[in-house]
Order: sequence, then C-alpha cells, then structure tokens
Amino acid sequence: MSFTLYDYALSGNCYKIRLFASILGIEYERVAVEFYPGAEHRSEKMLQISPAGTLPILKTSDMVLSETPAMLFWMAKNFDTPEHWWPEKNISAQAQILQWLGFAGDLTSTIGQGRLNALFQTPIDKDKIVKGGRAALRKIEAHLTEQSFDGNRFLTGPDPTIADIACFPYVALSPDVGANIGLDHDEYPAIRNWIYAIKSLDGFIPMPGIYAMHELKDHEIDYGAQKPSIAGAHK
Amino acid sequence: MNALDQAKQYWYPVGMLDSIPTYPDVRQTRLLGMAINLSRKQDGKIIVTHKSENWLVKEAYDHLWTSPSQTPKQLFDVPEADEKDRRFVPCGVVRVRCSPLRAVENFLDIAHFPFVHTDILGSEPHTEVAPYSVDIDDDKDEVIATKVKFFQPQAAKSASDGIITDYVYRVPSPMNAILYKTCPSRDDVQDVIAIFVQPIDEETCDVWPWMALYDDDSTMAEMIEFQQLIFLQDRSVLENQVPTKLPLDPKMEIPTRADLTSIAYRRWLKRRGALYGALLNPTEKPSGASNSVAAE
Repeated sequence: MSFTLYDYALSGNCYKIRLFASILGIEYERVAVEFYPGAEHRSEKMLQISPAGTLPILKTSDMVLSETPAMLFWMAKNFDTPEHWWPEKNISAQAQILQWLGFAGDLTSTIGQGRLNALFQTPIDKDKIVKGGRAALRKIEAHLTEQSFDGNRFLTGPDPTIADIACFPYVALSPDVGANIGLDHDEYPAIRNWIYAIKSLDGFIPMPGIYAMHELKDHEIDYGAQKPSIAGAHK
Repeated sequence: MNALDQAKQYWYPVGMLDSIPTYPDVRQTRLLGMAINLSRKQDGKIIVTHKSENWLVKEAYDHLWTSPSQTPKQLFDVPEADEKDRRFVPCGVVRVRCSPLRAVENFLDIAHFPFVHTDILGSEPHTEVAPYSVDIDDDKDEVIATKVKFFQPQAAKSASDGIITDYVYRVPSPMNAILYKTCPSRDDVQDVIAIFVQPIDEETCDVWPWMALYDDDSTMAEMIEFQQLIFLQDRSVLENQVPTKLPLDPKMEIPTRADLTSIAYRRWLKRRGALYGALLNPTEKPSGASNSVAAE
C-alpha cells in the first residue's frame, strides 16, 4: 500500500512525512502544492481533497489524513519497520510518544508561525510567538538533558520514535525565526546533540534550513596504505 | 551624494502585479527605510504613497516598481520578457536579514552550489569553477559574466539528469541580477532567472525571484517551489554572513579566482557610489553581527 503526499517543500510539517518516508524507505507519489504565494491549499480543488485546508495531506485509496501525528502513526503501523518507531507492546512508551505528538503542535503554533512570518510577513503577535518558542525549546532541552543522564539519545529512549520525527523540524528550524531572540541553538547543547543524532539516521534527508551533516567523500579521504578498519567511518 | 540619495535614483520592486490589494485595502511595506503604502484604485491605476507624496509607478516583469525619485534612472531592459512562448513565473517574496547587496552577490556566486544546493545545482566532487570572463558593459553600465560553466545534477525542475550548464550573469542595477542558463529541454534557447531586491533598509531586504522559462511539463506549483527551495537554502547562509553589510574593501573579505564576478560587482558599486547596504571603510564597526558567528 502506498500513498499520495500533497506537499510543500518549505513546510516543516510536510518535511516530517518526507523525512519519515525516506528513513523507512517508502515510495510514494508527491504532488507539489503552491502554498505561497498562490495559497493553492485553500483552493476549491484542494478543499475537495481535504476540507481542513492545510498541508500536508496524505491520501490513500480509502482515506485522507490532514494531521501529521495521524500520518506518522499510520506509516509506522502500516509498513514493515523496526518496532521502535511505535513500540507495539509498551503502553507507557506509547503514551509518552502521544505526549510529544501533542507538544509538536505547540512547536508548529510558535516556531512554525514565527518562521512563516520571518519568511513571508504573515501577520502574527511576534512577541508572544517568540516567547512561546523559547519556552518550547527550553522544555525540550531540559527533557533531552535528563534523557542523556540515562544514556538516551532520543525523546523517549535509546531509539528514535515518531515523537522525534514530529518534534524535529520546528526545533531544527527555530533559527529561521530570527537572530538574537533566544531561538538560536547556541544555548541548547542537548538539542544540538539530538539534532546530530537524527541527522545520523540512515535515510535522513535535508530541507531548506536543515542541512545534512557533511559526509566525507572518497576523494577527501587519504587512506594511506590501508583502508580504515572502523566500520561506518565514512559512507 | 550620500548613499541613500544615490539609492533613491533607481526603480525598486514592491509587489507582484497579481496581488496588489484594491483600495481601501493597502499593502504596507518599506523601501530604503521609508514606509510606503500601495493599492489599486477602482479604475485599475496603482498608487504608491509615502507620507503625503505620490511616487512614480511602473508595471514590468510581473511586478510593481516604484522610486522615491521623480526622475529615476531608466528601468533595465529584459528583452526575453517579450517572448510570449516563455512561461513567466513570479515566485513571491522572501524576507532576508542581510544587505540587499549581499543577496545580489550570493546570486552571482557559483562556487557554493555543491555545498549549499547539494545534489541540485552542484555536487561533490564536481566543485571546480572553471575560468570565466567578467566585463563591465560601458554602454549599458552593467556587470556581465560570460562563459560560466558548471556541472549540475538537477539544473532545473525540467532536468532529469546531470548536465554541464552554461551561465551568463547580468547586473543591470545595484539591487537586481539576471542569469541566463542552459534550458534543459531545448538547445536553442536559454532560461532566464532573476532576483529583484527590495531594500527594506541597509540590513534587511525582500527578495522577489522571477523566472521566464521554457518548460512545458512542470506545473506552476512545481516551478515556484523549485525556485523557493533554492532560495531558502541560500537564506540561512545569507543571514549568517558577518558583517551584515557588503564590505567593498578587498582586505575585509579576501576573494579567490572563482569570485571574479563578485570582485567586479563590488568595484562597480564602489565606482558608481552605490553604497547603500555597503561597508566602505574597513574600520567601520560592523553592525548586526551575532556574537556566536563572529566568534567563529
């Protein structure tokens, strides 16, 4: 079973689905929707597909989803994937994940809105948005720091879940909102480590504002007499 | 003449023609630090006002242009805008916290393609910038870079494989730049891509990308998205350049051979006194520098 993704390249929410699909190795059909400047997502044609008037939209032969937590859940359950993305038998882990899926909505309504304003001058209450964004970053920083005491690199444990995918984009994109307003990553070391951990996942893809880590290419490596013995030292 | 007065002599883009609000709705924006309002009257005429002044307006290249001067320099010509079989693609506006001149200079640079537009406009190990030519066209008073060649994995929305792309760059006025590049689907014509920059002030600009392409396959949404994707990749780099203004003293940012166009652009700005958004004196204290970046 595959799906169609109605997508906008600059959207952090759309990127969650592209990223997760890439990590899972899922192929899908992509339709570009002109969110800006054309507001095509609110056109008659798009509202007939999804009356929510938002992006992304995930459409299968028998279902249309407009909320990213539902899409991530559906993808984790529907494809043959490592169980850590949605720990089937661990109810308390599932509850933790649902907490973070809710929190991802706070990130969209603060950092996500602030970023749209910084890019396209959409009207917002900037002070309130920036304050909310800072509070969200501090919350996730404190949580990730505590996780690191237990040796956990991800939000709910040693392995990534759909909670990490849901929270990652707008945390990583927060510097786009503006400089010197407490939304740079400089003062958030645990967030920076978590970003590295996600960028290191097999299948990671970038988006504008979120770069891939630099991979050493063959031409940059001086092996000398012998190849390195450490597995995975370069890709 | 000071930098602001010099800058006032040009036309600037301030809106897309298809999205100018109808009076009494107005679009409020800023140009060269001045607040302006624009709206379309019932009779279709567009009015731009600053305080009690009415400014000149011009409709060109799918955008509305205005100038604080009553006798501005002539708006540059883009002959390809008259070729009716091209598809004209205004891409909206993106705000960037950098000097308008930095935005233009970045547009002229190819060496960053493999690192910033990885696997689209460039890829490693194809990072070499082959020698190319740069001239100042004295008749038109433009910077022109020619014979620019670069390997590109996906040069345009319509490109399916990597190609060697030929570029020509034009800088017809200090805050506008146009490039001509190989059209992936046709040998006999070139695609045209421009950035029209609206200087909000010396350290903030609104960038209006515009394209005139031969592409029969891509949807409008796909073409706009492609250009926005490229420009947003540049944006985070531009916002982290220190100083925010463009230094014109070659001792401040040391150029390499690949930066020939940029060198010519900076000299040309200096010669004509186009210093709005520029840093002339190396001892002038750079503003807008974020501590974290300055410390690197």
